[in-house]
Amino acid sequence: MDQAVRELSYAQAIQEAMAIAMETDERVFLMGEDIGVYGGAFQVTGDLVERFGADRVIDTPISELGGAGVAVGAAVTGLRPIFEFQFSDFATLAMEQIVNQAAKMRYMLGGAVSVPVVMRFPAGSGTGAAAQHSQSLEAWLGHVPGLKVIQPSTPYDAKGMLLAAVADPDPVMIFEHKLLYKTKGPVPEGYYTVPIGKAAIRREGRDLTIVATSIMVHKALDAAKTLEAEGIDVEVVDLRTIRPMDKETVIESVKKTSRLLCVYEGVKTLGVGAEVSAMIAESEAFDFLDAPIVRLGGAETPIPYNPELEKATVPQVPDILAAARSLATGSR
Amino acid sequence: MTVAQAKTKDLPAGANLPFIYREYSAERLKQALHKMYLIRQFEEGAEESYTRGLIHGTMHLSIGQEASAMGICMPLTNDDQITSTHRGHGHCIAKGAEVSKMFAEFFGKTTGYCRGRGGSMHIADVTTGNLGANGIVGGGIPIAVGAALTAKRLKSDRVVISFFGDGANNEGAFHEALNMASLWKLPVIFVCENNGYGMSTSMARSTAVPNVADRAAAYAMPGVIVDGNVLSEVAEASHEAVRRARAGEGPTLIESKTYRHRGHSKSDRNRYRTKEEIEDWMTNRDPIVRYENELMEFGIIDQAGVEAIREAVAKEIADGIEFAKASPSPEIRNLERYVYTETV
Repeated sequence: MDQAVRELSYAQAIQEAMAIAMETDERVFLMGEDIGVYGGAFQVTGDLVERFGADRVIDTPISELGGAGVAVGAAVTGLRPIFEFQFSDFATLAMEQIVNQAAKMRYMLGGAVSVPVVMRFPAGSGTGAAAQHSQSLEAWLGHVPGLKVIQPSTPYDAKGMLLAAVADPDPVMIFEHKLLYKTKGPVPEGYYTVPIGKAAIRREGRDLTIVATSIMVHKALDAAKTLEAEGIDVEVVDLRTIRPMDKETVIESVKKTSRLLCVYEGVKTLGVGAEVSAMIAESEAFDFLDAPIVRLGGAETPIPYNPELEKATVPQVPDILAAARSLATGSR
Repeated sequence: MTVAQAKTKDLPAGANLPFIYREYSAERLKQALHKMYLIRQFEEGAEESYTRGLIHGTMHLSIGQEASAMGICMPLTNDDQITSTHRGHGHCIAKGAEVSKMFAEFFGKTTGYCRGRGGSMHIADVTTGNLGANGIVGGGIPIAVGAALTAKRLKSDRVVISFFGDGANNEGAFHEALNMASLWKLPVIFVCENNGYGMSTSMARSTAVPNVADRAAAYAMPGVIVDGNVLSEVAEASHEAVRRARAGEGPTLIESKTYRHRGHSKSDRNRYRTKEEIEDWMTNRDPIVRYENELMEFGIIDQAGVEAIREAVAKEIADGIEFAKASPSPEIRNLERYVYTETV
């Protein structure tokens, strides 16, 4: 049966995924701060409390550590919680439960349990909320064996990957860039999944590979259009999952284009791009490189309040253009 | 033997008996002594194996706290669940685990409860409802609340116990978890085994209230203090808390005041407490000695019966250690197994 395709926003797509998950599986429920009548700080849960009731759309106290622990305990005993952090920055309050408990419980118990918890993290800068509400901490969690960490960039993926996360037996951390919530795209009705651990080639090209995450995928695609007019043919790889990373897709792309630019919003040092670069340097793709790998990441600073400073903190389209031009024309 | 028979046949008529003698059969009371000895001898066996270099790492012994673990678990069924602590061997045994698989775990073998991946600090047996010991102080408390949320949502009759020490009562997780459990009237029981010291730091030096149970008032739940070295007192408090939880009346905080005879872990030089203090608890308040004397006083067991229990336990321990020694170690090639759920 064909599923009708509509234009939905990224936030609507997530909401639809959560509704479908709750309709089809009694074990699924939502927890988080102000996700009930308020509808969530970014209106992602919206009116779900009216459809599913306060027992399945649970407003928690402002207790990130305890709330995350409750979600872990519920998951390990047979439920399928989706826990919303109001801002990804607040993961810092719950790192104990995420890193020591959710990620390690299966391993510590020798495989006796699984922890099918989903945690959602509104992330990223660009909202003027300054240093404690704008971070991109996905690399922190990407460093932890036992977790899966995803960053969907489109409404289609946001819905399909969330449904894949709910069906996944292990803890899945979803980083949702706040500036993506209002972006629109085609989303089929009904149930479908997008696999965790598979990157997507958003644009094929011959001259240069840009590996980007989350909102940077869109900036890379914008840049690619301009570069096309200049005769530079860019391939854009949307990483989508940072743990486990789809090495194969990235390696194949770099073998084809011989040039790699990594673009990500998290702090550059020890970030997602560092891992992608090192992975390529260790792979057979290294011999295909015609120029050093270039990374564009977040500046080595907290996110500032001033809008011009804030923009300057993370890679923008002109930064990508400049880096791509230099990379495409340079050689070893 | 029924409770009524125990009362009429085995016990002195008209005795004003403590709770457990009114509640349990003589058989179950003897089993409780058996398990308390099993906990004690398991830990002594583990300690000896550690000293002989057969077990590596570290361990936290609960010798002296056996009545606390046993008393709390007496009213529980196999379906009820617990979260435990770094000092969790007693909880694991009291909830029903087999000592042979525990020894195997301590020896790092594939036959251990955690297939050699967890060791002493993460000992668990989900088949008897033990969701695991925890290396993080207070780490298991919110998890227990989550398990209780599952019990309530699935309308099972299950209750969840969260064991923790006095040190955990100053962790944020404790406060956040108690608040949510009370707010949502969840079937969970918080059991603080207050052995007087969080590592070296005493309650007086770490905690602004004299009793951990005082903190229950802040979360609108009963706070009950019991002598953790008197089995009947602990079991009675647990019974009432379990009844409340199963009836949907919400959580209880039980503070079981007890003492660990050994140091915090194997690195402890015991500089923060006096020899006299330790001596006093060991000679005058040992929970096993107290319980055993009570059983003999009430005519439930005689010296020969006690000897039989000790011998049976000693054999169980010796067999457990032999099982652990003879078991295979995990293969290095399986290092990354169990990080994620294997999909077939």
